[in-house]
Amino acid sequence: MTDAIETRGLAKRFGDTRALDGVDLRIRQGSVFGLLGPNGAGKTTTIRILATLLQPDAGTAIVLGHDVVRDARKVREKVSLTGQYASVDEDLTGHENLVLMGRLLGLSWREARTRSTELLEAFGLADAAGKQVQTYSGGMRRRIDIAASLVAIPDILFLDEPTTGLDPRSRNQVWELVRRIAGQGTTVLLTTQYLDEADRLAERLAVIDHGRVIAEGSSRDLKASVGSSALHLRLASVDQHARAKALVSRVLGDGVLPGSDPMSVTARLANPAQAAAVLTALSQDSVDVAEFSVGNPSLDEVFFALTGHATGVEDSEGRP
Amino acid sequence: MTNPLVAMRARPHPASAPSAVTTLAWRAMLKIKHVPFQLFDVTVMPIMFTLLFTYIFGGALAGSPRQYIQYLLPGVLVQTIIFITVYTGIGLNTDIHKGLYDRFRSLPMWQPAPIFGALAGDLFRYSVASALILVMGLILGFRPQGGVVGVLLAVALVMVFCLALSWCWIIVGMLVRTPESVMTTSFIFLMPLTFASNIFVDLKTMPGGLQAVVSRNPVTHLANASRGLMHGEPVATEVMWVLAASAAIVIVASPIAMRMYHRER
Repeated sequence: MTDAIETRGLAKRFGDTRALDGVDLRIRQGSVFGLLGPNGAGKTTTIRILATLLQPDAGTAIVLGHDVVRDARKVREKVSLTGQYASVDEDLTGHENLVLMGRLLGLSWREARTRSTELLEAFGLADAAGKQVQTYSGGMRRRIDIAASLVAIPDILFLDEPTTGLDPRSRNQVWELVRRIAGQGTTVLLTTQYLDEADRLAERLAVIDHGRVIAEGSSRDLKASVGSSALHLRLASVDQHARAKALVSRVLGDGVLPGSDPMSVTARLANPAQAAAVLTALSQDSVDVAEFSVGNPSLDEVFFALTGHATGVEDSEGRP
Repeated sequence: MTNPLVAMRARPHPASAPSAVTTLAWRAMLKIKHVPFQLFDVTVMPIMFTLLFTYIFGGALAGSPRQYIQYLLPGVLVQTIIFITVYTGIGLNTDIHKGLYDRFRSLPMWQPAPIFGALAGDLFRYSVASALILVMGLILGFRPQGGVVGVLLAVALVMVFCLALSWCWIIVGMLVRTPESVMTTSFIFLMPLTFASNIFVDLKTMPGGLQAVVSRNPVTHLANASRGLMHGEPVATEVMWVLAASAAIVIVASPIAMRMYHRER
């Protein structure tokens, strides 16, 4: 099977900012691929180039066998984009928006209306079909936005931060939709700064930072690169953080992983039995542990280990 | 039940350019239906102007309100429609900043369709506003001597000029950040353009220096042509002047606008 997306040395600068600095990606057809990184890492720029909205300064991007610059129209026939902002007309109703998309994609009025009704039903928006989108909640807006990208089912669906700003319930609904779409054979490329989102949805992911792919693989691969298992401690009090860290590091040698949360300590374990030794040492020194667990390191820790800084610390990745 | 996620597996052939433009014009009309205020605020102001000018200044300027409105109304029509042109720029600016523009651009359709769709929708808006102004005029005693044909010709000429002028606000709409700035920027140009004309008063009443400016203002020529056509007077020269000015605006502004539209952002 050919690759859905292949990029080589993709570069893009906006003025003095190097948004992309040589991005190489290979995305298999029929998979959910996650592009993970903090704000400003280059995720949106990558997706906009792949959706033919931007042209790269250097490098190539081939989408379903078509070059995004030379064959832009061919690419547009096969992909859909749902951007970070609800890209539907807020003055129009949900139904009107989907009919509009259907007509622009070449459906007859009747087909467009049927298709709209069908999608609104499937997305749980049938009751809001006749209401203006500006009255929709955040979750409904996101769904109508994704529905607008599925009026004609694309071969590749680009989702730029599909759940940013959503409440947990809406987030789950969107995740469910993404799984269903992917289950029907559409390749989904999604960007996210939520590590658990990438972990749950994407079979493979690329971690992107400062316009470069710094790691790629399955979430299991990435976790394995940081260590086989990890001990997570949640402290009862912030004051004991330094003391706890020192103790853990004394017991385990060089195992403490950097982290941004002042309430918790995470350490790499050579074997899970070491956890007992750590807990004993802490209790002897009267450091109160509120919670502890032994498991795979989280993607947050993976990110920290890969980049040396926490996620979400960069300036926001605005439009140029 | 059919699974809607597989139902449209085979993508239809994308809309042709005329069909995309028609669909986007339909969208523009839906917006008017849902947000009638955007028609209301540009129409109420001219109605107010007409009432105030007719009854306050009418006697002084033309002997009587009834005589003045024969002069004023064709000009108020010009002013009203010219003000509405700003909405083309505002609409485009809103689409760009809401992300809708990105969606349109990622569709396999004729890329300028959204601009031409918006212009086609504007024609509808111009027609509604023209009808409102004319009905009010007739109620207040406006009696066009040129008859229905004259009035329709005048409205058509105003529309031609206004469609041309819209290209300027399309450029502004892509240059500035917010819809509010499109409004402010455009009105900086529109206020002098419409008031330094002979819409409200005869050119001869103005000081010499100003006359030189006002007589070269395309809006003056449009107002003259509109008055002439509505009252059945010969105004071929004025009509030619307006058509030439419209062509000039389109020739200069539309390539700039289209280039900016295709430029990535």
